[in-house]
Amino acid sequence: MAEKVLMKGNEAIAEAAILAGCRHYFGYPITPQTEVAAYMAKRMPKIGGTFLQAESELAAINMVIGVASTGKRAMTSSSSPGISLKCEGLSYLAGCDLPALVVNVERGGPGLGGIQPSQSDYFQATRGSGHGDFHMIVLAPASVQEMAALTMKGFDLADKYRMTSMILADGTMGQMMEPVVLEAPEPVVYEKPWALTGTDGKRPHNIVNSLYLVPEDLERTNFARYERYRTVEENEAAAESFMTEDADIVVVAFGIAARVSKNAILAAREKGIRVGLIRPITLWPFPKAVIAGAASHAKRFISVELSMGQMIEDVRLAMDCARPVTLVNRAGGMIPSPDEVLAAIETAQGGLKA
Amino acid sequence: MNDAALAPPRRVTLFCGHYGSGKTNIAVNYALWIRSLGYRVNIADLDIVNPYFRTKDSAARLDAAGVRLISSAYANTNVDFPALPTEMYAVTDDTDAYAVLDIGGDDRGALALGRYAPAILAEGRYEMLFVVNRFRPLTRTVPDALAVLREIEAAGGIRATGIVNNTNLGEETTAEDVLASLPFAEALSRESGLPVRMTAVREDLAPALAGSVGPLFPIVLEHKYTWK
Repeated sequence: MAEKVLMKGNEAIAEAAILAGCRHYFGYPITPQTEVAAYMAKRMPKIGGTFLQAESELAAINMVIGVASTGKRAMTSSSSPGISLKCEGLSYLAGCDLPALVVNVERGGPGLGGIQPSQSDYFQATRGSGHGDFHMIVLAPASVQEMAALTMKGFDLADKYRMTSMILADGTMGQMMEPVVLEAPEPVVYEKPWALTGTDGKRPHNIVNSLYLVPEDLERTNFARYERYRTVEENEAAAESFMTEDADIVVVAFGIAARVSKNAILAAREKGIRVGLIRPITLWPFPKAVIAGAASHAKRFISVELSMGQMIEDVRLAMDCARPVTLVNRAGGMIPSPDEVLAAIETAQGGLKA
Repeated sequence: MNDAALAPPRRVTLFCGHYGSGKTNIAVNYALWIRSLGYRVNIADLDIVNPYFRTKDSAARLDAAGVRLISSAYANTNVDFPALPTEMYAVTDDTDAYAVLDIGGDDRGALALGRYAPAILAEGRYEMLFVVNRFRPLTRTVPDALAVLREIEAAGGIRATGIVNNTNLGEETTAEDVLASLPFAEALSRESGLPVRMTAVREDLAPALAGSVGPLFPIVLEHKYTWK
């Protein structure tokens, strides 16, 4: 077994990507994500990989498109404003059905915003990460160990479904240090007959392209792509449930907000309140069935977010608005405290009695 | 609480190292220790790299103890601006007080030190301590740690004079982890020619390690986030 080490979340992403076989990283520095690039700059040259600091975020994402076209594992990372710049490339990746890993260590917005942690790119990641009809697989780690695990999983899901996987973490996840054990995953071979690997004169050319001159063809590819998305939704939605079995109140939170919420839930349990946590691990596909299942016994839901309230829409939709959902949120780089979440739980409990 | 074998402080103490090796926590505790000996002390945050975990996080503790904190006005704000205040010159000008410098991570962080290095070298009453944690993946081997040290020295313009073994796994650190790191620290000492000036440990581990790791420096960690 590999030795335990002490790592920043950003470093864990970088090392996990290397262990997952990624040898092509293209980036551009931005707080609070910069350690991903810094770590890659140190490690990649030592293992025959490519670290390239691009001249801009746009250049970096287009380099990812290039390497992904050859079937190699490629990644880029940035923070919120930089991800906005990459959105054109994310749409092209989807249009070309290319697997890739993109990391967003979010900071406060909109605009240049700030450098402190945020979850306010939820809509962008799950709905609007570029023009056109498409989705990315969006993974939300809540510990440094999970930063590593979901990075590895992200590469696998990307290869399996020919999609972009995004790690959506907030700034604290990137900056905090925790002990982790990093081990190379069992290698899985994904056949990539579409990849641009050279024909050797033995097969027709592969073409990686997102331009369709005939609308019927473009419609057909969109329908086929959404068939694949349905499979992803059926097979890959993931969530952690914590003390939800008997819960009258369910808190829904991901990433750092989930860790804050767990503290509040333990404090509420001590007061005899039956409350639990659903922590979505995949934000797309959203774990709808888990939420809907909890709504069969829970009477109130609370969405805890580092944003003005974005995931709350998915919580409501997952159960067809069957239960009231309240929002506990901080924004602009602030983090809700366990006491703020506990107060909302107690308010919800009061509502149950009324 | 401190091991008696810990040598008295020099006029200026600089803590440098790989980012995430614990420089800031050690610098804060070291400044508080000097203050506890009855001396006046300035602590300066030269870190223009780390956006989240800063000397300023310990402002209340330092202020309560009467340690003067010199830090960027922008630390812990949303301004990502690598500027240092003019007040920073107190470190080299106020020679009646002790000074503790928290240098930013790696060579990039140490670059800012170059501005103050000539005055520190001219005065000649300093020590520059290289903080190393064997559980940090990029300084896990002696050659890797040495390479980081040499990059820092080149960027900062001052050679290190000693090593702080700060091997830890955060809250999960055990006394055995620290003991197991001693051969690494000794090998790094041999290869670099620098003495292991102290072994820094979380305060609660100190009793179990007293007498078995050489000069021991117990530290109290700053908890920026109160939840687990």
